[in-house]
Amino acid sequence: MPKATFRIWRSEGQGSGEFKDYSTEITEGMVVLDAVHQIQAESANDLAVRWNCKAGKCGSCSAEVNGMPKLMCMTRLNTLPLENPVLIEPMQAFPTIRDLVTDVSSNFEHKKRIKAFKPKKPEADGTWRMAQADVDRVQEFRKCIECFLCQDVCHVLRDHHLHDEFVGPRFLVHAAALEMHPLDTEDRTADLKKLHGIGYCNVTKCCTKVCPEGITITDNAIIPLKERVADEFYDPIKKLIQLVVRKR
Amino acid sequence: MPQLEHIHYDVLVIGAGGAGLRAAIEASANGVTCGIVCKSLLGKAHTVMAEGGIAAAMANVDDRDNWKVHFADTMRGGQYLNNPRMAELHAQEAPECVRELEGWGALFDRTADGRILQRNFGGHKYPRLAHVGDRTGLEMIRTLQDAGIHRGVAVHMECAIFSLLKDGDRVVGAFGYEREKGRFLLFSAKAIVIATGGIGRAYSITSNSWEYTGDGQALAYDAGAELMDMEFVQFHPTGMVWPPSVRGILVTEGVRGEGGVLRNSLGKRFMFDDIPANYKASTADNEEEGWRYTQGDKEARRPPELLTRDHVARCIMREVRDGRGGPHGGVYLDISWIKERIANAQEHIKKKLPSMYHQFKQLADIDITSEPMEVGPTTHYVMGGVRVNGDTQMSNVPGLFAAGEVAAGLHGANRLGGNSLSDLLVFGRRAGRCAAEFAKEHGGGKINQADVDAAAARALAPFDRVGGAGPYQVQYQLQKDMQDLVGIVRRQDEMERALEVLKTLKERSAKVGVVGNREYNPGWHTALDLHNLMIVSEAVTLAAIDRKESRGAHFREDYPDKSAEFGKVNTVLKKGPNGEMQLRREPLPELKADLKQIIEEMK
Repeated sequence: MPKATFRIWRSEGQGSGEFKDYSTEITEGMVVLDAVHQIQAESANDLAVRWNCKAGKCGSCSAEVNGMPKLMCMTRLNTLPLENPVLIEPMQAFPTIRDLVTDVSSNFEHKKRIKAFKPKKPEADGTWRMAQADVDRVQEFRKCIECFLCQDVCHVLRDHHLHDEFVGPRFLVHAAALEMHPLDTEDRTADLKKLHGIGYCNVTKCCTKVCPEGITITDNAIIPLKERVADEFYDPIKKLIQLVVRKR
Repeated sequence: MPQLEHIHYDVLVIGAGGAGLRAAIEASANGVTCGIVCKSLLGKAHTVMAEGGIAAAMANVDDRDNWKVHFADTMRGGQYLNNPRMAELHAQEAPECVRELEGWGALFDRTADGRILQRNFGGHKYPRLAHVGDRTGLEMIRTLQDAGIHRGVAVHMECAIFSLLKDGDRVVGAFGYEREKGRFLLFSAKAIVIATGGIGRAYSITSNSWEYTGDGQALAYDAGAELMDMEFVQFHPTGMVWPPSVRGILVTEGVRGEGGVLRNSLGKRFMFDDIPANYKASTADNEEEGWRYTQGDKEARRPPELLTRDHVARCIMREVRDGRGGPHGGVYLDISWIKERIANAQEHIKKKLPSMYHQFKQLADIDITSEPMEVGPTTHYVMGGVRVNGDTQMSNVPGLFAAGEVAAGLHGANRLGGNSLSDLLVFGRRAGRCAAEFAKEHGGGKINQADVDAAAARALAPFDRVGGAGPYQVQYQLQKDMQDLVGIVRRQDEMERALEVLKTLKERSAKVGVVGNREYNPGWHTALDLHNLMIVSEAVTLAAIDRKESRGAHFREDYPDKSAEFGKVNTVLKKGPNGEMQLRREPLPELKADLKQIIEEMK
């Protein structure tokens, strides 16, 4: 069996750590997560890694493979140049807890602050009617598996560490799913501007590029939300009327 | 003891999949404090993998459907070993539970007139599964997760429970740890709901994630609760078989529901060769009729590919054994053929089965819109589990409830696809409500410090065994032996050998050592999981040895037929006074006259 080398970040948190090389056997069809598990079983029992479904459905095994944000369970080894060591690092936008495991708790905090779904009244028979076409639009956003790779590449979070001021692409998608939900009656526009920091996004589309679910994050979710915020807060005609009304 | 955090709740829920989240939401809504612990991050539990849909007789697509038909289908599928009360409540309450999800924001696929669309599935007489493409589980868990965090449920992520604590007969707390720092946690609770899912990790080929190590079954068993029907392990007929690294990953039954067919290496649709007598009247006898059924023709009967999972799995095994399988030990599942029947087939398949398309494209270099998939059986689900009261979901241990896969009763000898997600909702809700009521009626109990100290010592023991056996190697060996000896086709001698092997493995697992420290240490965690895996493996094996017949998911080569005698009993297991596993045959609960009549009418 051929072998390959994996250069894995080992760390006990607090920013310190080092790369260690591990060599393991490669078989047909293997993905990066398989290699990590094999190494864990053979020579590094305490190598910390998150995973669950191993089928790209749960979004647990996010990491950076050769510098690219990826789900390790969906990254086939035959797509990587194995003549060089495969570099595996934790997501860089989040503090490392240990090895490949990062502290993603900020994401769960963001979600709590986004106003919950508030449906309109059902019809007389107690159910709702919705057209598939209206549902389609939101179903795209609801495909999100919360892998947080979009958060990982967002420069507002990754380079500027503005986790407290900006919810990031994942939660703009979440807000869009709620705002565009055919039954929802809540208004989140003011929150998007003030609380969730939508203005920080300058539409570089890095998030869209890395989304393993292929959600068109920027064009379909963030830009329409930005338009809503602009309509509400930056509409010149509305501003003018407000000014006149206030003067009187 | 250093590093021990003590937390108090009225109701503690263990496990944050569909059942646990639904229970926690309900407990909270009933005015008690509620905390939920889960081994992974919130929203990653195995419910997320469910693809096909939620079975509920809403009659949106076929108005002949109602709870009675759903009840009868569930009982027939379970070969009448089901707890009839649970099957009744489940069929009656599932539609309301689905509508409840919609009210919390779930967005199901729609019918032309804007209602929730329902699809065909194996063993269900009418199109009954509310779904979202083939990612229904994700929709469900996300909806429940988002509902839960806005309803006052406290979440403890990446924590595991090692043991339940009792005050006399009653359960009053739980002891475990949080993975990040490896700190111990002590929970005091007036009632506890176990919702930890299944046991798939006791087998080497499984669709289940690492979490599925039988924790809840083992916790309950150690606390004196009875386990039931453990011999019934469902092997889903269609898992991926190639490449090796994806072996076992699920291929949804929805593929067959949308018109996918099974063929052997000769190109023959072998499912027509063997249709069980009790399904003969409701199964198509030609390809044309089967196709019309999948396309919604109400006059057509279902194709044999949509027979119950146990039967389809065995037919696949037969084809492979007799040399008519594919190059990797599976058979062919083909959805691409529908291009002969409908225009736009490629787009249709991508729309209806997006994650299947994605999964095969990315992991196996196969485009399912133009070529067949190779599939074979994979360990998927355990029908058995903690024996509970059908109305309240409480076990024989006061204050200890169980819901979802970890509980036994609803599915009998074989579960129908789609009945799992509805199970989680219906009985998660009931368990949450009844646990809240129990908590209100009973004060807090007293936790015995000696029990806590003993549990902590057990948990830390692997650190002292430097140079001991590796935890992963013991786990792999167990999985291999269970797969080989107590798998889809079972025999007395092999299962007796499994008991011997388990004994040796138990000894080995007692010597397992771990390296590193307590912080997020997967080796340590795996070492601690072994205890649970050993218990559930022994339970499955003992129960399977005792049931000398073939019924539902339990197939014995040495007893290939159903036996009237065993058709009257459930197998119940309990921890004896000396720690030994005791087995007894428990007569089935009485079937009420009205339910009996429904079953007779729909036979």
